[in-house]
Amino acid sequence: MDTAAFRRGVRDVAPLLLGIIPFGLVAGIATVNAGLGLPTAVGLSVVVFAGASQLAALELLGQNAPLTVVVATAVVINLRLLMYSASIAPYFRDFTGRWKAVLAYVLTDQAYALSVASYRSDRETDRKWYYLGVAVTLWAVWQVTTIAGALLGTGVPDAWGLEFAIPLVFLAILVPAIEDAATGIAAVVGGTVAVVGAGLPLNLGLLVAAGVGITAGVLTESATGGTDGD
Amino acid sequence: MATNYGPVEIAGVVAVIGVLTYACRLSFIALFGRLDEIPPVVERVLRFVPAAVLAALVLPSFVTLDAGSFAADKFVAGALAAGVAWRTEDVFATMVTGMGVLWAIRFLL
Repeated sequence: MDTAAFRRGVRDVAPLLLGIIPFGLVAGIATVNAGLGLPTAVGLSVVVFAGASQLAALELLGQNAPLTVVVATAVVINLRLLMYSASIAPYFRDFTGRWKAVLAYVLTDQAYALSVASYRSDRETDRKWYYLGVAVTLWAVWQVTTIAGALLGTGVPDAWGLEFAIPLVFLAILVPAIEDAATGIAAVVGGTVAVVGAGLPLNLGLLVAAGVGITAGVLTESATGGTDGD
Repeated sequence: MATNYGPVEIAGVVAVIGVLTYACRLSFIALFGRLDEIPPVVERVLRFVPAAVLAALVLPSFVTLDAGSFAADKFVAGALAAGVAWRTEDVFATMVTGMGVLWAIRFLL
């Protein structure tokens, strides 16, 4: 174990925890709001370990959406992890299969972003232990905060509208995801279709909106010539 | 809003989402060596997933076409939080603004 690299990872991720802690608390509170208990909060956080999809799944379960819609929605949200997996894979190529399995489990937006930035810089660092310093810290903080949220959740009055914090978290992640005109169109179209389709049966509005929004983005990119790759 | 699903169904949903999410994470990390590049078509489509999905999750919470359930406090709080998100790209600042405005409207006005 390269403790210096691990510690550098922990230090680099520290400022991001300011965003993770309230997000985790909200995810825990959302579990209670959906009528589910601590075991579900722990299960989602440990087994799924992906905040946005946890929140979406809880919201749909709370509305008694069909289980296939709950699963499809959560998985669509997590499809971005395919991108991170592809992008970081060359840096993990020389590790054993067992290490790859462990490193993949703790892959998140933040662990991906910080690690790839560090690998691309000139700074000499142990790839595995730097990544683990970032990713394991996020994992531990996420588990603690979702459990704390689930324990606190029952004590919060309805009038506080805490469930409103969920779309706010999504909003904060959405803005940096709009990188250019084509992603902007995907967001505008996806959001609009979701508003119009809110009344669709089986809570299908979100999936339809995501599909139409993605299509609009791809078509816009083709029409404008695109940026070819990155 | 509380679920009618039982513990077995919930556990099943958690397990299936967990397995499929892990499959997304592991996919290319496990494949590399065998497959050297992400197919360009897949990459082009995936690029739009976060923007489209997140917008579809966010907007209906702030706006609704159904006049009966339109909530002005959420609309105003959402709009101001969007402005802060745009300026700061900061999760914490966005949450503080959105919740703060919502509470100000509900409890102070």
